[in-house]
Amino acid sequence: MMNWLRIVTLLKRNGVVGINRRNAEYTLVHNPRDCYPLVDDKTITKVLAQKAGVAVPELYGVIEIHQQVRKLPGLLREHRDFVVKPARGSQGDGIVVVTGRSRNQYRTADGSLLDDEELCFHVSNILAGTYSLGGQTDKALIEYRVNFDPVFEAITYRGVPDVRIIVFLGVPVMAMVRLPTRLSGGKANLHQGAVGTGVDMATGETLSAVWRDELVAEHPDTGNRVSGVRIPKWDTLLELGARSYELTGLGYQGIDIVLDRDKGPLILELNARPGLAIQIANQSGLGGRLEAVERERAGLRTIADRIAFARERFAHRA
Amino acid sequence: MRRVHLYVLAGVLAAVGFGFFFYKLFVFGFPLTPEERTDVWRVEVQIHFDAEDGPAKAAMFVPRRTGGLIVVDQSFVSPGYGITTEQQMGRGMRVVYAIREAHGPQALYYRAVIQTSRILDEESREPTPAVSTPLLEGARRAAADALVAAVHQQSSDATTLAMLIVKRLKQARLGDEASFLLGPQPTNRRLVVVAVQLIQFAGIPARMVNGIALAPERRGANFVHWIEYFSSGRWRTLDIGETAPEAQKPFLAWWRGDAPFVELTGGRESHYTISTSRSYELATRTALSRQRQLEKKLVEYSIFGLPLQAQSLFRVILVIPVGILLLVVLRNVVGAKTFGTFMPVLIALSFRQTGLLWGCIFISIVVGLGLAVRFYLERLKLLVVPRLASVVIVVILLIAMLTVVSYRVGLERGLSIGLFPIVILTMTIERMTVVWEERGPKEALQQGLGSIFVAVLCYLVMSLRIVEHLFFVFPELLLVVLAGTILLGRYSGYRLTELYRFRLLAR
Repeated sequence: MMNWLRIVTLLKRNGVVGINRRNAEYTLVHNPRDCYPLVDDKTITKVLAQKAGVAVPELYGVIEIHQQVRKLPGLLREHRDFVVKPARGSQGDGIVVVTGRSRNQYRTADGSLLDDEELCFHVSNILAGTYSLGGQTDKALIEYRVNFDPVFEAITYRGVPDVRIIVFLGVPVMAMVRLPTRLSGGKANLHQGAVGTGVDMATGETLSAVWRDELVAEHPDTGNRVSGVRIPKWDTLLELGARSYELTGLGYQGIDIVLDRDKGPLILELNARPGLAIQIANQSGLGGRLEAVERERAGLRTIADRIAFARERFAHRA
Repeated sequence: MRRVHLYVLAGVLAAVGFGFFFYKLFVFGFPLTPEERTDVWRVEVQIHFDAEDGPAKAAMFVPRRTGGLIVVDQSFVSPGYGITTEQQMGRGMRVVYAIREAHGPQALYYRAVIQTSRILDEESREPTPAVSTPLLEGARRAAADALVAAVHQQSSDATTLAMLIVKRLKQARLGDEASFLLGPQPTNRRLVVVAVQLIQFAGIPARMVNGIALAPERRGANFVHWIEYFSSGRWRTLDIGETAPEAQKPFLAWWRGDAPFVELTGGRESHYTISTSRSYELATRTALSRQRQLEKKLVEYSIFGLPLQAQSLFRVILVIPVGILLLVVLRNVVGAKTFGTFMPVLIALSFRQTGLLWGCIFISIVVGLGLAVRFYLERLKLLVVPRLASVVIVVILLIAMLTVVSYRVGLERGLSIGLFPIVILTMTIERMTVVWEERGPKEALQQGLGSIFVAVLCYLVMSLRIVEHLFFVFPELLLVVLAGTILLGRYSGYRLTELYRFRLLAR
């Protein structure tokens, strides 16, 4: 009991935000209910982003009703590699990444092979709502598969690494790089076993890393050092983050960005209820940063102001 | 601002809830603990006979209010029979079951709910009964004359006279008048019949009372007999003392006189069984008759004004919010992971029927086998809705099979698993498969065990007798529960599980 109280005191001092506090003080207060559909449905997010001139992975097609499932093989014929994902999925559930073909079959990122029938079955499961929040019927997106920037090549095991930025009132407050591992099955989700590294907001350089609740220095599968890697085009990433506030109207959101070798940073998805594992990856609580933004929000009108604020205030101090 | 509003709302709700609670507790005197209850007895009579393929009629005495016991409720179950009641002066009420055509074995049922009354109805509403001098001839008359004359000398009033007559009869020795009157090997009933004759012979109105002892759980209760004689304006009871060891038990007077309990025409081989059982009822129900007019109205418009069946339903419904409050605490303060928001509470409700151990075993079997079937169906690549429907059907089949098997093995408990929430179980199986495939078996089992753990806790709290009692008698306490839930809705502290999750940051 005494030990628990001590932990509570320490967590509070470090400004660690728990789920209850995130919900009660940030998402419920700063995220208007009518803005949720904009991010909960990835097709809407995409349209929105394209209108605003924000780069997103190209959409090859959307399957909305079961009848369209039969046309899927035809639609896919012209694409060697692509990603199938549910429009309302959460935590990466239901995403299939096809990296290439092998005769008549699709080769997926985790190395297994699917034929047309199996892929169509997966899509109809998506439509029926197997992976969606609350089990509503859903749409399936077929989109461009990101050829990720070689910068993370050495510290990724299959899958696509991405950068998650928490944006509060238009200010990027915290970021992490999520690196898939063998354990995570190619998924960039810490909960499923991906490595998360903190990011220095000033420079975009990776800091300490966490894997399965433990601090690690190397990627568990490749053995390469995960810290000290500089994220390319960090300015663009910060700008994408800062602009996403105007895009969706959500005061507190998580933005997932992938770095494409050819197309640069692309917004993968936006999240109205971003997880809190980012604090573990950064070895730092969100509370202090969020409070600072709230205190000084009056002076943070332009995107440039907000980026400058983030770089200056949330820089890593060793 | 929002906070103030919240605290005011919660405060008002809690104040109103506690206000009613304390008012009912201190002013009405409603009982705080379930122990303060009055006895309620349930009596059931079954009559069986073989019909003679024609009209049949069975007339049976039914109990009425006597002394400290009142018949609160009674019901007659007899398919096809017309039911009438007839008043038999001085004997009691008879119910007549009649039917035009009856074939083969017949079964008639009568059920009554008997309650002890706080208000004793001692005054007789009947006019002073006339003495009907029994017809005694020859030697019997001479014997009765001699016995009554002797007793009359040794007594001062009706009471002592009656008691002395009984005493003489009980102490009869071979060869004296009492023994002659009783005949060889007298039964208690015979003793009572003779005693009544003698008391009447002495000029005091008297009658035999037939009734049963109300025992906690008893099948095949027998009628016992005692004497009532009339003295100074009311009937008085005289026990012949056969039942001395169990004198604490209340006796329910059923009918008076020596008429048979059942009279049957158009049938043969009738026999009857009487069973009694005891249940508890709130003392309030009896206490209510003492309330003042306004309070009476208040009670009428509360759950106590509902029929008994609806009341027992509310006994269950009113504890659900307690389970839900616990669930909120477990999810938002502790951080337990469960499948479906209210699934554990629903499971906990079905545990009430199955019992905890069997409930857990059954649910594990149903979910386990359901998962196996679901994984098999996955290979068939079915569309989602037909797949869900198939799982529902499989779950129902599993439940039916488990029920039959456990009943055959001799587990009565198995009969109640039909009450498991089938659709909820199906959704749990579906959700569990998705979690299993996407996040691995560990996570799926963790959440599954978490759900059962929460269900068990909810069950333990919801089945506390004090909890059930409090919320049934004081439903306004739900406002307090609501206030607590609203306050928890703005709880922004850490969850217990987060202390572990963020332990790396506690430095």
